[in-house]
Amino acid sequence: MSRERLLNALLLAGLVVVPGWALWADEPFTITLATRAVIFALAAVGLNIALGMGGLVSLGHAVFFGIGGYAMGVLASHAQSYTPLYDGLFTLEGTKAMPVIWLVAAAASALAAWLIGLLSLRTSGVYFIMITLAFGQMAYFFAISWPAYGGEDGLSIYVRNGFPGLNTLDPIQFYGICLAWLCLALWGHARLRRSPFGLALDAARQVPARVQAVGLDPKRLYLVALVISGAVTGLSGALFADLNRFVSPSMLSWQMSGEIMVFVIIGGVARLFGPVVGAVFYVALEHWLGGVSDYWQIILGVVLLAVVLFGRGGLIGLVCGKERPDA
Amino acid sequence: MPDTILRTHELHKAFGALRASEGISITLKQGEIHAIIGPNGAGKSTLIAQICGALRPDSGRVEFLGRDVTALPTEARARMGLARTFQTSALAMEQTVLQNALLGALGASGRPWRFFSRVSADQALRDIAESALHEAGLLDFAQTRTAELSHGQRRQLEVAVALTLRPRAFVMDEPMAGLGAEGSKRLTGFLDRLQDRAPILLVEHDMDAVFALADRISVLVYGRVIATGTVDEIRADPRVREAYLGDEA
Repeated sequence: MSRERLLNALLLAGLVVVPGWALWADEPFTITLATRAVIFALAAVGLNIALGMGGLVSLGHAVFFGIGGYAMGVLASHAQSYTPLYDGLFTLEGTKAMPVIWLVAAAASALAAWLIGLLSLRTSGVYFIMITLAFGQMAYFFAISWPAYGGEDGLSIYVRNGFPGLNTLDPIQFYGICLAWLCLALWGHARLRRSPFGLALDAARQVPARVQAVGLDPKRLYLVALVISGAVTGLSGALFADLNRFVSPSMLSWQMSGEIMVFVIIGGVARLFGPVVGAVFYVALEHWLGGVSDYWQIILGVVLLAVVLFGRGGLIGLVCGKERPDA
Repeated sequence: MPDTILRTHELHKAFGALRASEGISITLKQGEIHAIIGPNGAGKSTLIAQICGALRPDSGRVEFLGRDVTALPTEARARMGLARTFQTSALAMEQTVLQNALLGALGASGRPWRFFSRVSADQALRDIAESALHEAGLLDFAQTRTAELSHGQRRQLEVAVALTLRPRAFVMDEPMAGLGAEGSKRLTGFLDRLQDRAPILLVEHDMDAVFALADRISVLVYGRVIATGTVDEIRADPRVREAYLGDEA
Protein backbone atom coordinates (compact mmCIF):
# COMPACT_ATOMS: atom_id res chain seq x y z
CA MET A 1 0.00 0.00 0.00
CA SER A 2 1.41 3.39 -0.96
CA ARG A 3 1.96 6.08 1.61
CA GLU A 4 -0.91 8.15 0.30
CA ARG A 5 -3.37 5.25 0.49
CA LEU A 6 -2.34 4.62 4.06
CA LEU A 7 -2.85 8.27 4.90
CA ASN A 8 -6.28 8.23 3.24
CA ALA A 9 -7.30 5.16 5.23
CA LEU A 10 -6.13 6.82 8.45
CA LEU A 11 -8.11 9.95 7.62
CA LEU A 12 -11.25 7.94 7.01
CA ALA A 13 -10.72 6.07 10.26
CA GLY A 14 -10.32 9.42 12.02
CA LEU A 15 -13.62 10.62 10.60
CA VAL A 16 -15.27 7.59 12.23
CA VAL A 17 -13.30 7.44 15.48
CA VAL A 18 -13.34 11.10 16.55
CA PRO A 19 -17.13 11.60 16.39
CA GLY A 20 -17.51 8.12 17.91
CA TRP A 21 -15.38 9.25 20.82
CA ALA A 22 -17.38 12.49 21.07
CA LEU A 23 -20.58 10.48 21.27
CA TRP A 24 -19.14 8.32 24.04
CA ALA A 25 -17.79 11.33 25.94
CA ASP A 26 -21.06 13.21 25.40
CA GLU A 27 -19.50 16.07 23.44
CA PRO A 28 -22.17 16.92 20.87
CA PHE A 29 -20.38 20.11 19.85
CA THR A 30 -17.43 18.11 18.56
CA ILE A 31 -19.84 16.11 16.42
CA THR A 32 -21.24 19.33 14.99
CA LEU A 33 -17.72 20.51 14.21
CA ALA A 34 -16.97 17.23 12.48
CA THR A 35 -20.20 17.51 10.50
CA ARG A 36 -19.18 20.98 9.38
CA ALA A 37 -15.78 19.71 8.29
CA VAL A 38 -17.28 16.77 6.39
CA ILE A 39 -19.76 19.00 4.55
CA PHE A 40 -17.00 21.45 3.61
CA ALA A 41 -14.93 18.51 2.42
CA LEU A 42 -17.81 17.39 0.21
CA ALA A 43 -18.09 20.90 -1.27
CA ALA A 44 -14.36 20.84 -1.95
CA VAL A 45 -14.50 17.37 -3.54
CA GLY A 46 -16.88 18.99 -6.00
CA LEU A 47 -14.43 21.80 -6.75
CA ASN A 48 -11.52 19.35 -6.93
CA ILE A 49 -13.20 17.66 -9.91
CA ALA A 50 -13.22 20.93 -11.86
CA LEU A 51 -9.96 22.36 -10.48
CA GLY A 52 -7.84 19.27 -9.95
CA MET A 53 -8.86 17.19 -12.96
CA GLY A 54 -9.90 19.91 -15.41
CA GLY A 55 -7.64 22.75 -14.29
CA LEU A 56 -10.67 25.04 -14.15
CA VAL A 57 -9.95 27.71 -11.56
CA SER A 58 -13.51 28.55 -10.61
CA LEU A 59 -13.95 31.36 -8.12
CA GLY A 60 -17.70 30.91 -8.30
CA HIS A 61 -18.37 27.61 -6.60
CA ALA A 62 -20.32 29.39 -3.87
CA VAL A 63 -23.05 29.70 -6.50
CA PHE A 64 -23.58 25.95 -6.41
CA PHE A 65 -23.12 25.77 -2.66
CA GLY A 66 -25.73 28.51 -2.25
CA ILE A 67 -28.15 27.07 -4.80
CA GLY A 68 -28.04 23.80 -2.86
CA GLY A 69 -28.70 25.73 0.33
CA TYR A 70 -31.60 27.66 -1.15
CA ALA A 71 -33.05 24.52 -2.72
CA MET A 72 -33.33 23.16 0.80
CA GLY A 73 -34.55 26.49 2.24
CA VAL A 74 -37.22 27.10 -0.36
CA LEU A 75 -38.62 23.56 -0.32
CA ALA A 76 -38.62 23.31 3.47
CA SER A 77 -40.06 26.79 4.10
CA HIS A 78 -43.01 26.03 1.84
CA ALA A 79 -43.53 22.73 3.61
CA GLN A 80 -43.45 24.28 7.06
CA SER A 81 -45.87 27.07 6.12
CA TYR A 82 -48.15 24.69 4.16
CA THR A 83 -48.10 26.96 1.12
CA PRO A 84 -47.58 25.39 -2.27
CA LEU A 85 -44.50 26.35 -4.26
CA TYR A 86 -46.54 26.74 -7.39
CA ASP A 87 -50.29 26.59 -7.77
CA GLY A 88 -51.41 26.90 -11.34
CA LEU A 89 -51.89 24.19 -13.91
CA PHE A 90 -50.73 21.77 -11.25
CA THR A 91 -49.76 22.08 -7.62
CA LEU A 92 -46.15 21.83 -6.47
CA GLU A 93 -45.75 21.34 -2.74
CA GLY A 94 -42.67 21.96 -0.63
CA THR A 95 -41.05 19.04 1.12
CA LYS A 96 -39.16 18.15 4.26
CA ALA A 97 -37.79 14.91 2.81
CA MET A 98 -34.00 15.00 2.43
CA PRO A 99 -33.80 12.66 -0.57
CA VAL A 100 -36.07 14.93 -2.60
CA ILE A 101 -34.21 18.03 -1.43
CA TRP A 102 -30.87 16.47 -2.39
CA LEU A 103 -32.14 15.60 -5.82
CA VAL A 104 -33.45 19.12 -6.42
CA ALA A 105 -30.26 20.69 -5.01
CA ALA A 106 -27.97 18.61 -7.21
CA ALA A 107 -30.12 19.05 -10.32
CA ALA A 108 -30.47 22.82 -9.87
CA SER A 109 -26.73 23.23 -9.27
CA ALA A 110 -25.91 21.06 -12.27
CA LEU A 111 -28.18 23.19 -14.44
CA ALA A 112 -26.57 26.38 -13.12
CA ALA A 113 -23.11 24.91 -13.76
CA TRP A 114 -24.11 24.07 -17.30
CA LEU A 115 -25.36 27.59 -18.01
CA ILE A 116 -22.37 29.26 -16.35
CA GLY A 117 -20.03 26.86 -18.13
CA LEU A 118 -21.54 27.56 -21.56
CA LEU A 119 -20.62 31.21 -21.17
CA SER A 120 -17.49 31.17 -19.04
CA LEU A 121 -15.71 28.36 -20.92
CA ARG A 122 -15.42 30.67 -23.90
CA THR A 123 -12.64 32.24 -21.88
CA SER A 124 -9.67 30.77 -20.04
CA GLY A 125 -7.05 31.69 -17.48
CA VAL A 126 -7.58 34.88 -15.54
CA TYR A 127 -10.70 35.70 -17.54
CA PHE A 128 -12.28 32.42 -16.51
CA ILE A 129 -11.58 33.23 -12.86
CA MET A 130 -13.13 36.68 -13.27
CA ILE A 131 -16.21 35.53 -15.11
CA THR A 132 -16.99 32.79 -12.56
CA LEU A 133 -16.49 35.40 -9.83
CA ALA A 134 -18.91 37.69 -11.66
CA PHE A 135 -21.56 34.97 -11.81
CA GLY A 136 -21.05 34.42 -8.10
CA GLN A 137 -21.61 38.08 -7.33
CA MET A 138 -24.72 38.13 -9.51
CA ALA A 139 -26.20 35.21 -7.59
CA TYR A 140 -25.22 36.82 -4.28
CA PHE A 141 -26.91 40.14 -4.99
CA PHE A 142 -29.91 38.41 -6.49
CA ALA A 143 -30.41 36.48 -3.23
CA ILE A 144 -30.00 39.66 -1.17
CA SER A 145 -32.64 41.51 -3.15
CA TRP A 146 -35.16 38.67 -3.33
CA PRO A 147 -37.59 39.37 -0.46
CA ALA A 148 -39.72 36.26 -0.95
CA TYR A 149 -37.06 34.09 0.70
CA GLY A 150 -35.71 36.36 3.40
CA GLY A 151 -33.48 38.60 1.31
CA GLU A 152 -30.48 39.75 3.28
CA ASP A 153 -31.75 38.15 6.51
CA GLY A 154 -31.80 34.65 5.10
CA LEU A 155 -34.26 31.91 5.76
CA SER A 156 -34.70 29.84 8.93
CA ILE A 157 -36.09 26.34 9.13
CA TYR A 158 -37.62 25.29 12.45
CA VAL A 159 -36.91 21.59 12.34
CA ARG A 160 -34.21 19.75 10.44
CA ASN A 161 -35.47 17.87 7.39
CA GLY A 162 -36.13 14.17 7.66
CA PHE A 163 -34.65 11.02 6.23
CA PRO A 164 -36.72 7.82 6.26
CA GLY A 165 -35.75 5.56 9.16
CA LEU A 166 -33.34 8.02 10.80
CA ASN A 167 -33.67 10.70 13.46
CA THR A 168 -31.84 13.54 11.77
CA LEU A 169 -32.08 15.72 14.89
CA ASP A 170 -29.64 13.37 16.57
CA PRO A 171 -26.22 14.91 15.74
CA ILE A 172 -24.47 11.59 15.24
CA GLN A 173 -27.13 10.31 12.85
CA PHE A 174 -27.00 13.48 10.77
CA TYR A 175 -23.22 13.22 10.83
CA GLY A 176 -23.55 9.67 9.52
CA ILE A 177 -25.59 10.90 6.56
CA CYS A 178 -23.01 13.57 5.71
CA LEU A 179 -20.10 11.14 6.07
CA ALA A 180 -21.87 8.63 3.83
CA TRP A 181 -22.21 11.31 1.16
CA LEU A 182 -18.56 12.26 1.48
CA CYS A 183 -17.47 8.62 1.12
CA LEU A 184 -19.74 8.18 -1.89
CA ALA A 185 -18.35 11.32 -3.51
CA LEU A 186 -14.75 10.27 -2.85
CA TRP A 187 -15.44 6.83 -4.28
CA GLY A 188 -17.08 8.39 -7.32
CA HIS A 189 -14.14 10.76 -7.77
CA ALA A 190 -11.67 7.88 -7.51
CA ARG A 191 -13.58 6.02 -10.23
CA LEU A 192 -13.82 9.15 -12.35
CA ARG A 193 -10.04 9.65 -12.27
CA ARG A 194 -9.43 6.26 -13.83
CA SER A 195 -12.33 6.37 -16.25
CA PRO A 196 -12.14 7.13 -19.97
CA PHE A 197 -13.63 10.54 -19.25
CA GLY A 198 -11.03 11.16 -16.53
CA LEU A 199 -8.18 10.32 -18.89
CA ALA A 200 -9.52 12.66 -21.57
CA LEU A 201 -10.16 15.47 -19.07
CA ASP A 202 -6.70 15.13 -17.54
CA ALA A 203 -5.16 15.36 -21.00
CA ALA A 204 -7.37 18.34 -21.86
CA ARG A 205 -5.99 20.12 -18.80
CA GLN A 206 -2.40 19.45 -19.88
CA VAL A 207 -2.51 19.78 -23.70
CA PRO A 208 -5.84 20.82 -25.22
CA ALA A 209 -4.29 20.73 -28.71
CA ARG A 210 -3.51 17.04 -28.34
CA VAL A 211 -7.04 16.24 -27.24
CA GLN A 212 -8.41 18.03 -30.31
CA ALA A 213 -5.96 16.21 -32.53
CA VAL A 214 -7.37 12.85 -31.40
CA GLY A 215 -10.92 13.96 -32.16
CA LEU A 216 -12.26 15.21 -28.83
CA ASP A 217 -13.57 18.66 -27.98
CA PRO A 218 -11.82 19.94 -24.81
CA LYS A 219 -14.56 22.49 -24.16
CA ARG A 220 -17.18 19.78 -23.92
CA LEU A 221 -15.00 17.80 -21.53
CA TYR A 222 -14.58 20.91 -19.36
CA LEU A 223 -18.32 21.58 -19.44
CA VAL A 224 -19.25 18.09 -18.31
CA ALA A 225 -16.61 18.29 -15.55
CA LEU A 226 -18.09 21.58 -14.39
CA VAL A 227 -21.61 20.11 -14.30
CA ILE A 228 -20.51 17.12 -12.20
CA SER A 229 -18.50 19.45 -9.99
CA GLY A 230 -21.43 21.84 -9.51
CA ALA A 231 -23.83 19.02 -8.63
CA VAL A 232 -21.55 17.69 -5.89
CA THR A 233 -20.97 21.15 -4.40
CA GLY A 234 -24.71 21.87 -4.63
CA LEU A 235 -25.49 18.74 -2.68
CA SER A 236 -23.08 19.81 0.05
CA GLY A 237 -24.86 23.17 0.17
CA ALA A 238 -28.17 21.46 0.96
CA LEU A 239 -26.50 19.51 3.79
CA PHE A 240 -24.83 22.68 5.12
CA ALA A 241 -28.17 24.52 5.23
CA ASP A 242 -29.68 21.56 7.02
CA LEU A 243 -26.86 21.52 9.56
CA ASN A 244 -27.51 25.15 10.45
CA ARG A 245 -31.24 25.01 9.76
CA PHE A 246 -30.57 28.32 8.11
CA VAL A 247 -29.64 29.60 4.68
CA SER A 248 -28.55 33.13 3.83
CA PRO A 249 -26.86 34.98 0.96
CA SER A 250 -23.51 34.54 2.71
CA MET A 251 -23.46 30.98 1.34
CA LEU A 252 -23.28 32.62 -2.10
CA SER A 253 -20.58 35.14 -1.23
CA TRP A 254 -17.22 35.24 -2.96
CA GLN A 255 -15.57 34.61 0.40
CA MET A 256 -17.34 31.26 0.42
CA SER A 257 -15.96 30.49 -3.05
CA GLY A 258 -12.54 31.41 -1.75
CA GLU A 259 -12.87 29.18 1.30
CA ILE A 260 -13.82 26.18 -0.83
CA MET A 261 -10.77 26.83 -2.96
CA VAL A 262 -8.58 27.20 0.12
CA PHE A 263 -9.73 23.74 1.31
CA VAL A 264 -8.58 22.21 -1.96
CA ILE A 265 -5.28 24.08 -2.15
CA ILE A 266 -4.26 23.48 1.46
CA GLY A 267 -5.10 19.80 1.25
CA GLY A 268 -3.60 19.31 -2.19
CA VAL A 269 -5.01 20.11 -5.63
CA ALA A 270 -5.95 16.97 -7.59
CA ARG A 271 -5.19 14.72 -4.62
CA LEU A 272 -8.17 12.50 -3.88
CA PHE A 273 -8.23 13.29 -0.15
CA GLY A 274 -6.94 16.85 -0.52
CA PRO A 275 -10.38 18.35 0.13
CA VAL A 276 -10.78 16.25 3.29
CA VAL A 277 -7.43 17.31 4.71
CA GLY A 278 -8.06 20.94 3.80
CA ALA A 279 -11.55 21.12 5.27
CA VAL A 280 -10.62 19.31 8.50
CA PHE A 281 -7.57 21.51 8.88
CA TYR A 282 -9.62 24.65 8.30
CA VAL A 283 -12.38 23.76 10.73
CA ALA A 284 -9.90 22.69 13.41
CA LEU A 285 -7.92 25.91 13.03
CA GLU A 286 -11.11 27.95 13.06
CA HIS A 287 -12.18 26.25 16.29
CA TRP A 288 -8.94 26.31 18.23
CA LEU A 289 -7.42 29.56 17.07
CA GLY A 290 -10.82 31.24 16.77
CA GLY A 291 -11.11 30.80 20.54
CA VAL A 292 -7.79 32.57 21.02
CA SER A 293 -8.17 35.45 18.61
CA ASP A 294 -10.65 36.86 16.14
CA TYR A 295 -7.77 37.25 13.73
CA TRP A 296 -7.10 33.53 13.42
CA GLN A 297 -7.22 33.78 9.64
CA ILE A 298 -3.81 35.44 9.75
CA ILE A 299 -2.41 32.04 10.72
CA LEU A 300 -4.47 30.44 7.96
CA GLY A 301 -2.98 32.92 5.53
CA VAL A 302 0.55 32.03 6.60
CA VAL A 303 -0.16 28.32 6.16
CA LEU A 304 -1.72 28.93 2.76
CA LEU A 305 1.30 30.97 1.73
CA ALA A 306 3.68 28.25 2.87
CA VAL A 307 1.71 25.58 1.03
CA VAL A 308 1.58 27.56 -2.20
CA LEU A 309 5.27 28.49 -2.03
CA PHE A 310 6.82 25.26 -0.84
CA GLY A 311 4.42 22.39 -1.41
CA ARG A 312 2.44 22.43 -4.62
CA GLY A 313 0.88 19.13 -3.59
CA GLY A 314 -0.62 20.73 -0.47
CA LEU A 315 -0.40 19.07 2.94
CA ILE A 316 -0.82 15.65 1.32
CA GLY A 317 2.05 16.38 -1.03
CA LEU A 318 4.15 17.37 1.97
CA VAL A 319 3.55 14.01 3.64
CA CYS A 320 3.39 11.70 0.62
CA GLY A 321 5.44 13.42 -2.07
CA LYS A 322 4.60 13.65 -5.73
CA GLU A 323 1.75 11.64 -7.14
CA ARG A 324 2.50 8.77 -9.52
CA PRO A 325 0.31 8.27 -12.56
CA ASP A 326 -1.52 4.97 -12.55
CA ALA A 327 -2.76 3.40 -15.72
CA MET B 1 -11.72 4.34 -52.81
CA PRO B 2 -10.77 7.65 -54.37
CA ASP B 3 -7.12 7.85 -55.28
CA THR B 4 -6.75 11.33 -53.82
CA ILE B 5 -7.14 11.25 -50.05
CA LEU B 6 -6.39 14.86 -49.20
CA ARG B 7 -6.53 17.92 -51.38
CA THR B 8 -6.22 21.64 -50.86
CA HIS B 9 -7.70 23.89 -53.48
CA GLU B 10 -6.46 27.47 -53.95
CA LEU B 11 -5.86 28.16 -50.25
CA HIS B 12 -5.35 31.81 -49.42
CA LYS B 13 -4.45 33.09 -45.98
CA ALA B 14 -3.05 36.46 -45.03
CA PHE B 15 -2.00 37.92 -41.71
CA GLY B 16 -2.26 41.64 -42.32
CA ALA B 17 0.17 42.40 -45.13
CA LEU B 18 1.88 39.03 -44.84
CA ARG B 19 0.54 36.55 -47.37
CA ALA B 20 1.25 33.19 -45.77
CA SER B 21 -0.68 31.13 -48.32
CA GLU B 22 -1.18 32.31 -51.88
CA GLY B 23 -3.30 29.89 -53.80
CA ILE B 24 -1.86 26.64 -52.49
CA SER B 25 -3.21 23.56 -54.27
CA ILE B 26 -1.65 20.25 -53.34
CA THR B 27 -2.83 16.66 -53.28
CA LEU B 28 -1.99 13.62 -51.22
CA LYS B 29 -2.62 10.31 -52.96
CA GLN B 30 -3.11 6.86 -51.53
CA GLY B 31 0.17 5.13 -50.68
CA GLU B 32 2.53 8.06 -51.13
CA ILE B 33 4.68 10.28 -49.01
CA HIS B 34 4.37 13.84 -50.19
CA ALA B 35 6.95 16.13 -48.65
CA ILE B 36 6.54 19.88 -48.32
CA ILE B 37 9.83 21.71 -48.09
CA GLY B 38 10.66 25.36 -47.99
CA PRO B 39 12.79 27.90 -46.16
CA ASN B 40 11.76 29.32 -42.78
CA GLY B 41 8.79 31.61 -43.08
CA ALA B 42 7.58 29.99 -46.29
CA GLY B 43 4.17 29.30 -44.75
CA LYS B 44 4.51 25.59 -44.00
CA SER B 45 3.04 25.80 -40.52
CA THR B 46 0.19 27.99 -41.75
CA LEU B 47 -0.57 25.41 -44.42
CA ILE B 48 -0.66 22.58 -41.88
CA ALA B 49 -2.87 24.60 -39.56
CA GLN B 50 -5.37 25.09 -42.37
CA ILE B 51 -5.31 21.45 -43.38
CA CYS B 52 -5.82 20.24 -39.80
CA GLY B 53 -8.42 22.82 -38.85
CA ALA B 54 -6.62 25.15 -36.44
CA LEU B 55 -6.81 28.01 -38.95
CA ARG B 56 -9.63 28.89 -41.33
CA PRO B 57 -8.41 29.96 -44.81
CA ASP B 58 -9.49 33.35 -46.16
CA SER B 59 -10.56 31.54 -49.30
CA GLY B 60 -10.14 28.13 -50.86
CA ARG B 61 -11.07 24.62 -49.79
CA VAL B 62 -9.66 21.64 -47.95
CA GLU B 63 -11.04 18.27 -49.06
CA PHE B 64 -10.51 15.06 -47.16
CA LEU B 65 -11.81 11.69 -48.35
CA GLY B 66 -13.73 13.47 -51.07
CA ARG B 67 -15.54 15.70 -48.62
CA ASP B 68 -15.21 19.46 -48.17
CA VAL B 69 -13.95 19.82 -44.59
CA THR B 70 -13.03 23.52 -44.72
CA ALA B 71 -15.70 24.42 -42.17
CA LEU B 72 -15.12 21.47 -39.84
CA PRO B 73 -13.24 21.92 -36.55
CA THR B 74 -10.00 20.08 -35.80
CA GLU B 75 -11.65 17.33 -33.77
CA ALA B 76 -14.14 16.48 -36.51
CA ARG B 77 -11.31 16.11 -39.06
CA ALA B 78 -9.41 13.94 -36.59
CA ARG B 79 -12.44 11.68 -36.18
CA MET B 80 -12.51 11.23 -39.95
CA GLY B 81 -8.99 9.85 -39.72
CA LEU B 82 -6.77 12.87 -40.27
CA ALA B 83 -3.89 12.10 -37.91
CA ARG B 84 -1.38 14.81 -37.23
CA THR B 85 1.83 15.05 -35.28
CA PHE B 86 3.12 18.28 -33.79
CA GLN B 87 6.38 20.08 -34.40
CA THR B 88 6.94 20.42 -30.66
CA SER B 89 5.66 17.32 -28.91
CA ALA B 90 2.13 17.86 -27.63
CA LEU B 91 1.83 14.99 -25.18
CA ALA B 92 0.34 14.73 -21.71
CA MET B 93 3.66 14.76 -19.87
CA GLU B 94 2.24 13.75 -16.49
CA GLN B 95 0.60 10.66 -17.95
CA THR B 96 2.26 7.39 -18.81
CA VAL B 97 3.19 6.47 -22.36
CA LEU B 98 0.34 3.95 -22.41
CA GLN B 99 -2.15 6.58 -21.23
CA ASN B 100 -1.14 8.87 -24.09
CA ALA B 101 -1.73 6.06 -26.55
CA LEU B 102 -5.01 5.14 -24.84
CA LEU B 103 -6.13 8.74 -25.25
CA GLY B 104 -5.71 8.43 -29.00
CA ALA B 105 -7.66 5.19 -29.14
CA LEU B 106 -10.33 6.73 -26.93
CA GLY B 107 -10.68 9.75 -29.17
CA ALA B 108 -11.00 7.54 -32.23
CA SER B 109 -13.62 5.42 -30.49
CA GLY B 110 -15.71 8.56 -29.97
CA ARG B 111 -16.88 7.27 -26.58
CA PRO B 112 -15.24 9.36 -23.86
CA TRP B 113 -18.48 9.74 -21.90
CA ARG B 114 -17.91 6.84 -19.55
CA PHE B 115 -17.42 7.89 -15.96
CA PHE B 116 -17.17 4.74 -13.86
CA SER B 117 -15.42 2.05 -15.87
CA ARG B 118 -11.63 1.83 -15.82
CA VAL B 119 -10.09 2.99 -19.05
CA SER B 120 -7.16 0.62 -18.59
CA ALA B 121 -9.61 -2.29 -18.34
CA ASP B 122 -11.07 -1.54 -21.78
CA GLN B 123 -9.42 -4.32 -23.76
CA ALA B 124 -10.41 -2.96 -27.16
CA LEU B 125 -8.74 0.40 -26.47
CA ARG B 126 -5.75 -1.33 -24.92
CA ASP B 127 -5.19 -3.53 -27.95
CA ILE B 128 -5.15 -0.53 -30.27
CA ALA B 129 -2.88 1.45 -27.94
CA GLU B 130 -0.44 -1.39 -27.32
CA SER B 131 -0.13 -2.37 -30.94
CA ALA B 132 0.63 1.25 -31.86
CA LEU B 133 3.28 1.40 -29.12
CA HIS B 134 4.68 -1.91 -30.35
CA GLU B 135 5.02 -0.57 -33.88
CA ALA B 136 6.75 2.53 -32.57
CA GLY B 137 9.07 0.39 -30.45
CA LEU B 138 7.80 1.90 -27.22
CA LEU B 139 5.94 -1.02 -25.68
CA ASP B 140 8.70 -1.55 -23.12
CA PHE B 141 8.12 2.00 -21.90
CA ALA B 142 4.33 1.70 -21.61
CA GLN B 143 4.32 2.42 -17.87
CA THR B 144 6.94 5.18 -18.03
CA ARG B 145 5.91 8.73 -17.36
CA THR B 146 6.01 10.61 -20.64
CA ALA B 147 8.10 13.40 -19.09
CA GLU B 148 10.85 10.84 -18.48
CA LEU B 149 11.14 9.84 -22.14
CA SER B 150 14.06 11.03 -24.24
CA HIS B 151 13.36 13.55 -26.94
CA GLY B 152 13.60 10.91 -29.65
CA GLN B 153 11.17 8.64 -27.83
CA ARG B 154 8.70 11.49 -27.55
CA ARG B 155 8.89 12.00 -31.30
CA GLN B 156 8.12 8.30 -31.74
CA LEU B 157 5.23 8.54 -29.28
CA GLU B 158 3.80 11.42 -31.31
CA VAL B 159 3.63 9.09 -34.28
CA ALA B 160 2.31 6.21 -32.16
CA VAL B 161 -0.61 8.34 -30.93
CA ALA B 162 -1.38 9.27 -34.53
CA LEU B 163 -1.39 5.55 -35.33
CA THR B 164 -4.12 4.85 -32.78
CA LEU B 165 -6.57 7.03 -34.71
CA ARG B 166 -7.23 4.50 -37.48
CA PRO B 167 -5.63 7.09 -39.77
CA ARG B 168 -6.64 7.61 -43.37
CA ALA B 169 -3.90 10.21 -43.78
CA PHE B 170 -0.99 11.44 -41.69
CA VAL B 171 0.02 15.07 -41.52
CA MET B 172 3.43 15.31 -39.90
CA ASP B 173 4.92 18.63 -38.89
CA GLU B 174 8.70 18.20 -38.76
CA PRO B 175 8.76 14.82 -37.07
CA MET B 176 12.59 14.82 -37.20
CA ALA B 177 12.89 18.17 -35.40
CA GLY B 178 15.65 18.06 -32.83
CA LEU B 179 16.66 14.46 -33.56
CA GLY B 180 20.27 13.43 -33.96
CA ALA B 181 21.47 11.40 -36.95
CA GLU B 182 20.72 8.11 -35.19
CA GLY B 183 17.20 9.03 -34.07
CA SER B 184 16.44 10.56 -37.43
CA LYS B 185 17.47 7.35 -39.18
CA ARG B 186 15.31 5.20 -36.93
CA LEU B 187 12.26 7.42 -37.41
CA THR B 188 12.85 7.49 -41.18
CA GLY B 189 12.66 3.70 -41.21
CA PHE B 190 9.47 3.79 -39.17
CA LEU B 191 7.75 6.33 -41.43
CA ASP B 192 8.78 4.33 -44.49
CA ARG B 193 6.84 1.35 -43.13
CA LEU B 194 3.84 3.53 -42.26
CA GLN B 195 3.12 4.75 -45.76
CA ASP B 196 1.42 1.45 -46.62
CA ARG B 197 -1.05 2.19 -43.85
CA ALA B 198 -1.98 5.68 -44.93
CA PRO B 199 -0.35 8.38 -47.06
CA ILE B 200 1.83 10.93 -45.32
CA LEU B 201 1.99 14.66 -45.87
CA LEU B 202 5.41 15.39 -44.51
CA VAL B 203 6.70 18.83 -43.65
CA GLU B 204 10.37 18.43 -42.91
CA HIS B 205 13.65 20.32 -42.77
CA ASP B 206 15.85 17.23 -42.71
CA MET B 207 16.75 16.89 -46.40
CA ASP B 208 18.31 13.45 -46.04
CA ALA B 209 15.03 12.18 -44.60
CA VAL B 210 12.98 13.92 -47.28
CA PHE B 211 15.03 12.56 -50.15
CA ALA B 212 15.00 9.09 -48.64
CA LEU B 213 11.26 8.99 -48.00
CA ALA B 214 9.35 11.22 -50.38
CA ASP B 215 7.59 10.02 -53.50
CA ARG B 216 6.78 13.59 -54.41
CA ILE B 217 8.06 16.90 -53.14
CA SER B 218 6.42 20.31 -53.25
CA VAL B 219 8.53 23.39 -52.69
CA LEU B 220 6.89 26.25 -50.83
CA VAL B 221 8.40 29.73 -51.03
CA TYR B 222 6.67 32.86 -49.71
CA GLY B 223 3.29 31.19 -49.60
CA ARG B 224 3.45 29.77 -53.14
CA VAL B 225 4.17 26.28 -54.41
CA ILE B 226 6.94 26.95 -56.89
CA ALA B 227 7.44 23.35 -57.93
CA THR B 228 6.00 19.88 -57.41
CA GLY B 229 7.66 16.72 -58.65
CA THR B 230 9.64 13.58 -57.90
CA VAL B 231 12.83 13.71 -55.93
CA ASP B 232 14.93 13.77 -59.10
CA GLU B 233 12.84 16.45 -60.74
CA ILE B 234 13.05 18.67 -57.68
CA ARG B 235 16.79 18.15 -57.34
CA ALA B 236 17.20 19.17 -60.99
CA ASP B 237 14.78 22.09 -61.02
CA PRO B 238 16.79 25.32 -61.43
CA ARG B 239 14.14 27.48 -59.75
CA VAL B 240 14.24 25.28 -56.68
CA ARG B 241 18.02 25.30 -56.58
CA GLU B 242 17.97 29.05 -56.74
CA ALA B 243 15.20 29.64 -54.23
CA TYR B 244 15.96 27.05 -51.69
CA LEU B 245 18.35 24.19 -52.08
CA GLY B 246 21.24 26.42 -52.96
CA ASP B 247 24.46 24.72 -52.09
CA GLU B 248 22.77 21.68 -50.53
CA ALA B 249 21.91 19.97 -53.82
